[in-house]
Amino acid sequence: MSGFLSIRNLTVRLKSGVTILRSVSLDVAQGQVHGLVGESGAGKSMIGKAVLGTLPRALQVTGGEIWLDGENLLALPHDTRRKRIGATAALIPQDPLTALNPSKRIGPQITRRLVDILAWTRSDAEARALELLGEVQIPDPARVMRSYPHELSGGMRQRILIASAFAAEPKLIIADEPTTALDVTVQKQILRLIADMQVRHGTSLLFVTHDLGVVSKVCDTLSVLYAGKVVEEARMHRFFMRPIHPYSRALLAATPTYLDPTGSLTPVPESVISAVEEEVRLHDVRFGT
Amino acid sequence: MRDARGEVRRPIGLRLWLSGGWLTLLVLGALLAPWVAPKDPLMQDLFLGRMPPFWVAGTEPGYWLGTDSLGRDVLSRILYGTRLALIVALVAGTLTCLIGATLGLIAGYYRGWPDRIISRFVDIWMAFPPVLFAILLIAVLGPGLVSIIIAIVVIDWTRFARVVRAEAMSQGAMDYVASAQVAGRTRFGTMLTEILPNVLPTIVALLTLEMGIAVIVEAILSFVNLSISTDSPTWGGMIAEGRTSVHQAWWVLVFPLITLFLTVLSFSQLGEGLKDRFDPVLR
Amino acid sequence: MMYQVRDLRLSLPDMTRKPLLGSAPRIEILRGLTFDVPRGAVLGIVGGSGSGKSTLGRAMLRLLEPTGGSITFEGTDITHLTENQLRPMRHRFQMIFQDPMSSLNPRRRVGGIIAGPLKLHGMDRLTTRVDEALDLVGLPRSFARRFPHELSGGQRQRVGIARAIALRPDFILADEIVSGLDVSSQAQVLNLLGGLVKELGLTLAFISHDLSVIRRLCNRTLVLHQGEIVEEGETAQLFEAPQAAYTRELLQAIPLPDPYQEWA
Repeated sequence: MSGFLSIRNLTVRLKSGVTILRSVSLDVAQGQVHGLVGESGAGKSMIGKAVLGTLPRALQVTGGEIWLDGENLLALPHDTRRKRIGATAALIPQDPLTALNPSKRIGPQITRRLVDILAWTRSDAEARALELLGEVQIPDPARVMRSYPHELSGGMRQRILIASAFAAEPKLIIADEPTTALDVTVQKQILRLIADMQVRHGTSLLFVTHDLGVVSKVCDTLSVLYAGKVVEEARMHRFFMRPIHPYSRALLAATPTYLDPTGSLTPVPESVISAVEEEVRLHDVRFGT
Repeated sequence: MRDARGEVRRPIGLRLWLSGGWLTLLVLGALLAPWVAPKDPLMQDLFLGRMPPFWVAGTEPGYWLGTDSLGRDVLSRILYGTRLALIVALVAGTLTCLIGATLGLIAGYYRGWPDRIISRFVDIWMAFPPVLFAILLIAVLGPGLVSIIIAIVVIDWTRFARVVRAEAMSQGAMDYVASAQVAGRTRFGTMLTEILPNVLPTIVALLTLEMGIAVIVEAILSFVNLSISTDSPTWGGMIAEGRTSVHQAWWVLVFPLITLFLTVLSFSQLGEGLKDRFDPVLR
Repeated sequence: MMYQVRDLRLSLPDMTRKPLLGSAPRIEILRGLTFDVPRGAVLGIVGGSGSGKSTLGRAMLRLLEPTGGSITFEGTDITHLTENQLRPMRHRFQMIFQDPMSSLNPRRRVGGIIAGPLKLHGMDRLTTRVDEALDLVGLPRSFARRFPHELSGGQRQRVGIARAIALRPDFILADEIVSGLDVSSQAQVLNLLGGLVKELGLTLAFISHDLSVIRRLCNRTLVLHQGEIVEEGETAQLFEAPQAAYTRELLQAIPLPDPYQEWA
């Protein structure tokens, strides 16, 4: 294994037998940002969930290894694994509306993990939360600590979720489409904030998104997924300059940009889809699904 | 993408089988009571009073579930009581549903002043304590089958109105309602063709629940002797009579109680089962 | 002019702040919009959440009644027409919705969904028209027998388009119709819509938060911000030399799939 987070041949199946992830391998180097790109149903969110151990009940890991900070999570007993993940990793979720409990004030929602899991004292945790809210550029943090989620805008809530993800100084953060629900101007602020925080704290980041534009702004490396299979893993610049896999090229060609109004938008061609479907089928034959 | 889309035929669940089975049995028993009841439910025979059910020693053949203190056959009385219980369940349940669901649908879909009037009315209505209300109504109308049905309808329509209103309101905010308007459908037409089919599963579940409630209300009113004349057997009446002699003859109390319990349970389970089954949207 | 909109205002009561007695305070959503939609135009309406772009669309289709100003459609003032007065002309302006899952009645088959509006407007040859509409959006005719939940997102959105064009309207409003789709089906739907506009001579208003999509499809663009028009003009001009500060901010915020874009 080479990365801080290193996933080796991870296979995840529905209990009914349908394969969701097909021997996925990828590495997130220490202090780097790795993007997971794919269309809906490609299984990109499931990788993050498998790492955090929050896969839906109907899914189970049927093979592979997840190495986090030198330990294979899947080989650990359940309770140890939960503790290890809790101390090492955190999540920035997609929807700032549902990720915060509407009936609780912001303060306790940030400090809870520090107090409950890491056994900080309440006053230490509160001081830390105030400091973090300042760091994510929330004006008047003391007042926000006492607010309820509905009193804050979507962008503010996403900032709070970022602050609470960084609260316990995790070494790995998984961001699952963190800006999909936001306006493009707010998205820009949030993406820069995540990038700043990541650099300042030296955190490794696994960034799940469907938006190639976002990837080109925040990621160092990336994997492209189709039907639960990694079709291309690349360094970011190389990927955008010289995408290798036909599916990657087709995805780029299908993404509209306002700079190129006349160039025709090419939907992913049938031939590419059938070729990549064939790859998936061959994989299934080889690994017997 | 790669997920398999297709008709999913869900098997009829155990819950639907059991509840449906029991209710079918009841309906058959009620319809065929004159032929399948072993004895005349009103025939008294003081020599055969308080006979235990068939598996206990010292019984007369033919009295399967024993006799009450007046020597009347418990099984036959339950069967005849079923007729009354089911009539009340069907008629009162359906009427309550029609009135409540219609008002709820109008309030929830049209909003505005129809909603204000109906909702205010429902609020006021629900402030009356229901059981007292029922007893009061029967006292005014006089006991009898029709009075019971009226009492149930008058008290319980609000349950339908409230739930259906909320459901119609949330369906009304959906885009397919706006798209019906864009297509040029009338308000009333939209309510019938777009909203109603989507509220129907909820209405069906409520209806079966209401039938169960109607059976209970009828039993309660019989229990306090406000139901039909004491001649015709009712489950509630039997429970009331059985209560006085529970130490000498438990079976007079227990068998109608079990029947009542199973029936109410079956109605509510049937509703849930039907709702799951007939909701085609695989959400 | 297909549409003439003059000083359009619309406010809605804020029920969350309604006092026990008396009426709720009103929130102004559209604050005096004036613009024209020429026949044959493809007008992009762009703005962030809360800009009032969807409300504007629904007011133009008279799903909402404006509180001030006027909307004229092909010479008829439709601002305050009643539903009964609107009904005979509804087939002339149609709408495609954002979420095909909630705008297609889940209990109907695709054929019925497309034929429904045709029936209401007393049109004949229903099956032929349904087949034609499916042909136009590039779906096989056999799809008429399917239910919406049996289709993919892109296919559902095509059914939404088929339903709108089956009536052969003069004007179509498309409200964020590609924002829920993957890029591959998004490109298909955009190309399809662009082709239909030319083929059928449609006038189209295309509401979106995504400037890249607007640039692909529209020849005029209108930028909304907090219920007001901040900029309106020809798309090419507006993108090359944006006048309003808000338009520039929007353009600069878009992350292009290009690592060398100046973005920070």
